[in-house]
Amino acid sequence: MDKTSRRGFMKVVAGGTLIAAGATPAHAFGPRETRKTPEEAIGILYDSTICIGCRACSAACKQRNGIQADTAAPAAPAGAAQPPGTIPGIWDKQEDLSPENYTVIQMHTDGAGGFGFMKKQCMHCIDPACMSACPVSAFSKDPETGIVSWNKNACIGCRYCFVACPFVVPRFEWNRAFPRVTKCELCKTTYTGLDCYAACCQSCPTGAALFGPREALLEEGRKRLALKPGAWHDYPIGHIKGAHSSAKQVAKAYNARIYGEKELGGTQVMILGSVPFEKLGLPAVGDVPNSAISEGLQHTLYKGMIAPLVLFAGLLAAAYRSTKQ
Amino acid sequence: MSHHDAFEPMGGKILTRPFVAAAVIFMLAAVLILKRFFVGLGPVSGMNDGFALGIWIAYDVVVGTAIGCGGYAVALLVYAFNRGHYHPLVRSALLTGAFGYTLAGTSVMIDLGRYWNTYNLFLPWRMNFNSALFEIAMCVMAYTAVLWVEFSPAIIEKFKPAWAAVVNRWMFVFIALGMLLPTMHQSSLGSLMIISGHKLSPLWQTTWLPAFFLITCIAMGYAMVVFESLWSSVGFGRPLETPMLARLAGIIPWLLGIYLAGRFVELASRGALGLAFQFNLCGVMFWIENILYIIPIVVLASAQRRGEPRTLFLSALSALFAGSIYRFNVYLVGLYPGFGWRYFPSSSELLITFGLISFEIMGYLFIVKQLSVLPKVEHA
Ligand code: SF4
Ligand code: SF4
Ligand code: SF4
Repeated sequence: MDKTSRRGFMKVVAGGTLIAAGATPAHAFGPRETRKTPEEAIGILYDSTICIGCRACSAACKQRNGIQADTAAPAAPAGAAQPPGTIPGIWDKQEDLSPENYTVIQMHTDGAGGFGFMKKQCMHCIDPACMSACPVSAFSKDPETGIVSWNKNACIGCRYCFVACPFVVPRFEWNRAFPRVTKCELCKTTYTGLDCYAACCQSCPTGAALFGPREALLEEGRKRLALKPGAWHDYPIGHIKGAHSSAKQVAKAYNARIYGEKELGGTQVMILGSVPFEKLGLPAVGDVPNSAISEGLQHTLYKGMIAPLVLFAGLLAAAYRSTKQ
Repeated sequence: MSHHDAFEPMGGKILTRPFVAAAVIFMLAAVLILKRFFVGLGPVSGMNDGFALGIWIAYDVVVGTAIGCGGYAVALLVYAFNRGHYHPLVRSALLTGAFGYTLAGTSVMIDLGRYWNTYNLFLPWRMNFNSALFEIAMCVMAYTAVLWVEFSPAIIEKFKPAWAAVVNRWMFVFIALGMLLPTMHQSSLGSLMIISGHKLSPLWQTTWLPAFFLITCIAMGYAMVVFESLWSSVGFGRPLETPMLARLAGIIPWLLGIYLAGRFVELASRGALGLAFQFNLCGVMFWIENILYIIPIVVLASAQRRGEPRTLFLSALSALFAGSIYRFNVYLVGLYPGFGWRYFPSSSELLITFGLISFEIMGYLFIVKQLSVLPKVEHA
């Protein structure tokens, strides 16, 4: 190695080390801090144990959001007559979230003869991965209510948010030339307060989908966790601050925690249940949001663009020297 | 260093049989691409909400640009490490890179669901610097342009020799950018999947992804130069440049050896290595990936074996497959979005990718025949 090449080499190494220093594992520099819960955060507490699977919520959701119900009968199995109870034009067909279903009730078996309902929808994460991932800031989180919504004027349709969302919530209009990204936005356009709030909660007959400030919902959730099977509890219906409630007996012991209180930094839609959460399709995840891990890394590498600039200066000098020789 | 006398055009007929075959595939793909803009992405692809990124990203962008890293990897040697004797390899490597990156950009434009909104990437108030994808988008666009500028002397020499002085005077800036930008976006292509969290198998999910992607893309770059050079030597009936390629290939075991050591230490430190021994799809793919990495490390470590064109060619190919399968595993195979989501590319989706690759091959063949790209044969 002659002298010039050694000097060029040193410059590259200096810059390269800076980049490499950033590429060391997360625990070496840590994820960035988790976002704070917005002051006025609103949300939903879904209690799987009192859900009766009537799907009034998803019907109301469609109505509120101006979506046509899909009442085509399911196709009969090959060679079979139309199965009974599937008369076209009556039942809304819904299997999973889709551009036509912002929420859906699914039934999961617990593997031991029992079953549990689960209400799928956007969880309105406190530290949303979709928002962190979106290259053009199409997802935003309302600083007051914490509602996570999508901006049609910004979105380029890259679908990186789909990769990022831990709950696989966003849905794409795969069969359209001009597709949208769709998901629940907590009925934000019609929200006024106690009179008009999330349609799914407003229509829920049992209070399984309960609307309200996140803090109040958490408090209610903690109360329920303390209840023993057979105990009586006055379950609020609709809005936790509203006037309606109904007294019911706790059927089965609750799982030991409120899903979404801490998971991935917390969510504003939270779940209670007696069937293990993983069986309800909720992933077993830690408390650190993935957005914090990936942003922590990205910030270390690109903080003030210092590392890239140092590297660039070194490379510029090296390239200049070798081309002008 | 503008030794335009160091390169020569291959000449010869353009409409050869491989060229025509490539043209036919490209035409079929073009029809499907057109269809995509009328009926949406669903009918021409196997993508879904669980696997919202398919082979157009995993292959065309992630693998395609890693394979296109030849220009970057050789530039690092020639300019940053002052190994001028590798200069004859630069041009063809840049050309492959330029095509690889252009192909990636084209795929992205087909893949973007709401392409008419792409200008938002340039609106300062919309830019999301937290997003790995934003960094990649900007860097890849810039680097594609840089690659063509770096390659431009080959065009200018032929059509506007008078401009050569100006271009060459400022070339060092582009050369430096050509080393900086891939360092940034190739590592970010690894960072991209960190946010998928639990959905990516612990066999691949790690904050080391950016470092792993960076080091393997450089190794793939050298492997591609070796592969391409031997391939075109045979194809154009030129003497093999084995000694130079053998020396270049000698770097690969170092890079991949360091990579593999880091990879296994990292896996073991997280206690995830056990997953490799559950012989399910992920476990099997993990071993295929890593055995393909081990082959070039072992084979190319010996100078004598490196001197053998056949061995050299096959081990370079193994390194290329290893890096490609690694990327497929991170982007598709290791991804488990939950209940029932499955993905396999549809035939239209595959055909579109093949069509774009065909276009790349046509472009490459056309340009090396017309312009001075491949190293001049010394008739001594
Ligand atoms: S659930 Fe998914 S889409 Fe909803 S806020 Fe969280 S990351 Fe975003
Ligand atoms: S698909 Fe749209 S909203 Fe989702 S990450 Fe891409 S640009 Fe953002
Ligand atoms: S909050 Fe509104 S949009 Fe969201 S699931 Fe309920 S009804 Fe649908």
